[in-house]
Amino acid sequence: MAKITMREAISQALMEEMDRDPKVFIMGEEVGVWGGTYAVTKGFYDKYGAARVKDTPIAENAIIGGAIGAAMVGQRPIAELMTINFGFSAMDYIVNQASKLHYMFGGQFTLPMVIRAVGGGGRQLGATHSQTPDAIFAHFPGLKVVSPGTPEDAKGLLKSAIRSNDPILFIEHATMYQVRGEVPEGEYTIPIGKSKVQRAGKDVTIVTYCKGLELSMKAAEELSKEGIEVEVVDLRTLRPLDMEPVIESFKKTNRAVVVEEGWKSYGVGSEIASRIYEEAFDYVDAPIIRVAQKEVPLPYNRTLEQAALPQVADITAAVKEVLK
Amino acid sequence: MKKEQQLDLYYQMVLIRRLEERGAELYQAGKIGGFMHLYIGQEAVSTGLIAAREDRDRVITAYRDHGVALNCGISANEVMAELLGKATGMSKGKGGSMHMADTSRNMWGGHAIVGGHLPIASGFAIGDQYAGNDNITICMFGDGATNIGYFHEALNISKIWNLRVLWVCENNQYGMGTAVDRASAVTEIRQKAEGYGMKNGQVDGMDVTKVYEAAVEAMKFVRESSQPYLLEIDTYRFRGHSMGDPERYRKAEEVKKWQENDPIGIFNKQLLDKKIATKKALDEIEARVEEEVAKAVEFAEASPEPAMEELFTDIYAD
Repeated sequence: MAKITMREAISQALMEEMDRDPKVFIMGEEVGVWGGTYAVTKGFYDKYGAARVKDTPIAENAIIGGAIGAAMVGQRPIAELMTINFGFSAMDYIVNQASKLHYMFGGQFTLPMVIRAVGGGGRQLGATHSQTPDAIFAHFPGLKVVSPGTPEDAKGLLKSAIRSNDPILFIEHATMYQVRGEVPEGEYTIPIGKSKVQRAGKDVTIVTYCKGLELSMKAAEELSKEGIEVEVVDLRTLRPLDMEPVIESFKKTNRAVVVEEGWKSYGVGSEIASRIYEEAFDYVDAPIIRVAQKEVPLPYNRTLEQAALPQVADITAAVKEVLK
Repeated sequence: MKKEQQLDLYYQMVLIRRLEERGAELYQAGKIGGFMHLYIGQEAVSTGLIAAREDRDRVITAYRDHGVALNCGISANEVMAELLGKATGMSKGKGGSMHMADTSRNMWGGHAIVGGHLPIASGFAIGDQYAGNDNITICMFGDGATNIGYFHEALNISKIWNLRVLWVCENNQYGMGTAVDRASAVTEIRQKAEGYGMKNGQVDGMDVTKVYEAAVEAMKFVRESSQPYLLEIDTYRFRGHSMGDPERYRKAEEVKKWQENDPIGIFNKQLLDKKIATKKALDEIEARVEEEVAKAVEFAEASPEPAMEELFTDIYAD
């Protein structure tokens, strides 16, 4: 096992798939000459050339709409949204076109495409550039939404996404590119739509994904020192949602905390909590607690921003609360 | 155009007209649901345009798509079946009036979000350019679509990336009920292409021969130069925007004036005047169409409803 960063993991996945399949190309803002705003595609332009690493104008409809069209006629485009916040400009393409064209035409069109999008707060980018709107996108049948929390998962899931015949929104977190983790040597993929137990425990189940996983693993360490063993289930894919490991864990612990970076109202945590109540009501020993972002547009000021975002302390407090 | 081809175009135009007239009756009888936008009055546009394409060229259009579907070779049976939401429609009854497509005939829909299909059309051309072929994407849209951002993003990228797209604006004078001069900064839509340094032209959309000739020339330019082109085709819809249109925005005299320029009437007269066809031959085409439409209605009505299991198929390809 090699220890690499999230950035390297994503970059390796892209490069391996571009080497494997000539139909795969990248298009987006500053992906080429610049090397990617988060340096994920650094060196790609020199290696693959302008035809396979396409610098687009700042025109999200042309980017996502263009990727949809190219996918429909048989290519495998990877469209990059510099930030998921710009995805709102292309909302029609993501939720109204990509997610529906296969179904609406009776299966005649297939859209083998990936939209890579960078999301999340914590970099003092202000309210419009710091959102975690994953739940909104996960609302739509026809779209698959993947959001990894470790380099290993990022690489394996992205490779699967590129090979998939469905439109996939692949959400990365802006503050996690330097996160290091062990990645298997050589070729591997990880199936989309499978949740995973990232840490075993017996007292409380934490259900989370992406940035929430990083925070939850830290919280788990701290709690372990106090003798509380939490089990951390990482969703990895928000749609289609794999509840099996969650329910299995909950039936063992009977207590759950759901951790997400997005806002609490109508969020991922609401969905998970409801499903647990629906599928395992008889096992509930305490009300499920949702840890999420405060219900404000994210402020610029660092102290205020951090106060709005979920923290490790919020998770440890929630775990202790469900254990009362 | 050879005589046979001209007669075929006449047949296609009459087929669109008669099929839609029957469609309107079935809609009023409650057998067709949702929105239905008739192409009546605009038949010469898609008929002349699509006659000029090669089979490998892709066609994509907006929601006023029944005529385009027929011109692309989709059968009257399938069009009627899709209108009735039957399992035998090309989209298995899941798309309806606004979503007619058949990839085997290079007809890529039928899209209901105004302007939404324009960046997708650019995407087809991106895919074809990447594959290294010289297919053309023919993208049709109304005047109303030229005021939305999608249009501008799509035109811009098609020019900077040298994409083989023939942009075809069917200017039927109204975006729903809003006249072009109330919605667009320029009333001559082709001028918008100038802002992108894009070659463009304009043609009378009530004369199928003129449309065909302009389309041949535009497609030759697009294919050979690997450049987009915007063709504005001026036309008029004789019916309302959709089936439920009180038509408060236009005067009966205006409609009547345009109806005197009926594209089928104009072509009928041309064929007779130039002695390309006899009245008898054209009457025979009429009779053939009547029969074909009657059979299509029969076929659609006798076709099964989609199976309940279809509700959950085609959500994902994998």
